[in-house]
Amino acid sequence: MRNAPAPNHNGGFYQRDRAWHPPAFTPNYKTSVLRSPKHALLSLNNTLSEMTGPVFGHAMLGELDNDLIRNYATTGDAIGPRIIVHGRVLDEDGRPVPGALLEYWQANAGGRYRHKKESYLAAIDPNFGGCGRSITDEEGRYWFRTIKPGAYPWPNGVNDWRPAHIHFSIFGHAFAQRLITQMYFEGDPMIWQCPIVMGIPDKAAVAQLVAALDREATIPMDTLAYKFDIVLRGRRSTMFENRMEGN
Amino acid sequence: MVQSLSRLKESPSQTAGPYVHIGTTPNFIGINHVYAQDLGLAPCPAAAKGQRIIITGQVFDGSGAVLRDALLELWQADADGLYPGRGEHRGAADPNFPGWFRQPVDGVSGIYRFETIKPGAVPFIDGRKMAPHVTLWIVARGINIGLHTRMYFPDEAAANEADPIFTRFELRARLATLVAARDGEEDGVPVYRFDIHLQGDKETIFFDI
Repeated sequence: MRNAPAPNHNGGFYQRDRAWHPPAFTPNYKTSVLRSPKHALLSLNNTLSEMTGPVFGHAMLGELDNDLIRNYATTGDAIGPRIIVHGRVLDEDGRPVPGALLEYWQANAGGRYRHKKESYLAAIDPNFGGCGRSITDEEGRYWFRTIKPGAYPWPNGVNDWRPAHIHFSIFGHAFAQRLITQMYFEGDPMIWQCPIVMGIPDKAAVAQLVAALDREATIPMDTLAYKFDIVLRGRRSTMFENRMEGN
Repeated sequence: MVQSLSRLKESPSQTAGPYVHIGTTPNFIGINHVYAQDLGLAPCPAAAKGQRIIITGQVFDGSGAVLRDALLELWQADADGLYPGRGEHRGAADPNFPGWFRQPVDGVSGIYRFETIKPGAVPFIDGRKMAPHVTLWIVARGINIGLHTRMYFPDEAAANEADPIFTRFELRARLATLVAARDGEEDGVPVYRFDIHLQGDKETIFFDI
């Protein structure tokens, strides 16, 4: 006699906890008012269309893709506090997600984005583009070097400011895991005044987006470091589950 | 008291914001020195097997205004119904077909445009065939968590009728929001128009997947 095979984690993804995410309609973030679906989302058990996803190979990366201090620079390093951002991409079971593509983008140290629709008066840094990307290693780790972005005002309330943040777009192993989020910085009081952040109902969920100052990962006399782990949806095992072959 | 399950929570979503192009399609907005090309922006390679098609449309808000800052991603099977990438265990997909594309809408007209091939049918969980479809994911300023939908084909009426999702729906009146409209052809390539309505009378069906 033998036991049934060990779970292989090829099942559908855990149901997304919508109470942990910001709802579509967050009226204090005014743009969401007309861009939020009013009907309930239609629940769909994962099929192959959701359980599959594109693969991005390390070969596509350039040497400076994860160095925002240098990857746009022509006359010198980008201006601003030098930081390393590092962490792991895990699933909800705590397993590392290797091969995950992370794309990140941010404002410069003065809070100015390099974008034609951006009109904030803070100066453009000629040596800062504001984008980078990484693919996680076998242990789910990623790391990049950048400058700490500045806070900036935005047209929502008459005097609303975004806390310093870095945007992240993450591809896990399946389209069902696709996620865009933002990383904030430990100790920033503006996090708790931001209408976009405060769309997240649970303070513990907000805390999950606040990177910790990581003294042990700093480079002495050179660069500070922040640790930011990202969690993607976990996956059901298929033990004792009758699924058609290939699903 | 009880043992802890020791599970983690998914990182909460935050809006892609108005400057999503900086991180995803920097060349599209003139940040040209960093990546050789924008990921997902190239049309389907000529060597890919299958009927070439164009999928185009606009994204509308609840007042009927066109979004000019949205980003769309498309994920689909190859012409034989096999997915490239991870998670496909039935066989190898067409090596010339990426399956995944990304398009920012035009900054003035709000029009998006994918040049791809028509996907084959893919099985549902119970083995029945789903009608040919592409999966779309929409992010933008004001969208707090990316929206998943599907586009089905107007010239697959019989397959659509038999699709396990279509037959399940209580909301039959809204099913039409998932079916593209045939909009002629360009140089012999069929054009499908698929408008996405975030809100309002024509609100598109979005999925919790």
